[in-house]
Amino acid sequence: MKNEETLALHLADNTLILGQRLGEWCGNGPVIEEDIALTNIALDYIGQTSILYKHLCEAIPDGKDEDDYAFLRTEREYKNFILCELPIGDYGFTIARQFVFSQWYLLYLEALQNSTITFFQEFAAKSIKEVRYHLQHSQDWVIRLGDGTDESKARMQNAINSVWNYTGELFQDFPSDAELVERGVCPANSSLHATWMNKVEETLLEAGLTVPASGWMHSGGRKGLHSEHMGHLLSEMQYMQRSYPNCEW
Amino acid sequence: MNTERIWNLLNEVPDPEIPNINVVEMGIVRDVQETNQQFIVSITPTYSGCPAMHAIEQDIKQKLADSGVTNFEVKTVLSPAWTTDWMTDEALRKLEEVGIAAPHRGSADKNLLMGKLREVKCPRCGSYDTHMLSQFGTTACKSLYKCNSCKDPFDYFKCI
Repeated sequence: MKNEETLALHLADNTLILGQRLGEWCGNGPVIEEDIALTNIALDYIGQTSILYKHLCEAIPDGKDEDDYAFLRTEREYKNFILCELPIGDYGFTIARQFVFSQWYLLYLEALQNSTITFFQEFAAKSIKEVRYHLQHSQDWVIRLGDGTDESKARMQNAINSVWNYTGELFQDFPSDAELVERGVCPANSSLHATWMNKVEETLLEAGLTVPASGWMHSGGRKGLHSEHMGHLLSEMQYMQRSYPNCEW
Repeated sequence: MNTERIWNLLNEVPDPEIPNINVVEMGIVRDVQETNQQFIVSITPTYSGCPAMHAIEQDIKQKLADSGVTNFEVKTVLSPAWTTDWMTDEALRKLEEVGIAAPHRGSADKNLLMGKLREVKCPRCGSYDTHMLSQFGTTACKSLYKCNSCKDPFDYFKCI
């Protein structure tokens, strides 16, 4: 795989896996509006993933289709951030994850809009419109819950603390990206950290929450080294294609 | 057969979600080109995950085939990204007709950046005294609102 294909796969896997997690809220949301919101966001993610997989299928004509990418790879072949695969937890955890991820993704897509590769430009310009709404949704909830009752505040703070040491990976520079950054294809992850931190701090402050201390961070997702949750997620997501190969709706 | 005729046929293909509006009025059909006696119809998704895209492509193919067009291709383009500004005035009027508040003209980006919401008019009673229940409504392209005057909930086609 070329470096730009490795990047496309990583971006696609982030939204596929996070979309799969959000789908678990279908029928389980705390209120019906949130049930609908989270599955709508999942739908946007799956759409974005599909654009990237289709692009990979065209770029690498080895006969694979987008379903092969989605359903027929093994755990280590997925290159998403570990953050995306963590179980949904309580609603606060889901919101905390959406918030830190959307804030990263928005900054990433803003930079990707100026990519020297036309496909990435177009992909970013399309997706960013959706991600702005996702960010606003999670931000609103972080503030509402943080600035809510004692119970909601405690749970929101707890959720922010829980996702915190999974955010380091979002700003690690990946070796195969170095050459892409040089060619102006994508931003260096590390270059987004300061802005991300400012934005996150701003919202947490407004919500009356504390910014957790930064310490040791999990990493490895981009290399395919996942948490113990990934295999379980895949066994559920891939069940139909593994049990009934090539089945279609 | 010429491109004008193709456009006319496309004007008869309804949007699967909002069937009183056609796919041209929705701004989904971006272009019709004729090269070497082949027609290329370019369509673009409203949202990347819009589940109606597949149906729209099928409906267009069906319509053209039924009308005796044999040599054509429907291709999906991403750029420039779809915006609600491409919906025709007629489409906005028809949205209101079926009880969906029409998107405002001008991209929403400025307002979203400022964290502000626009005033949305209730499509049922015309009141501006409305509030948003959820950013996400019955489909990806809509938000859920409620009118404080007539108490009815309604969909608002959000700007992108």
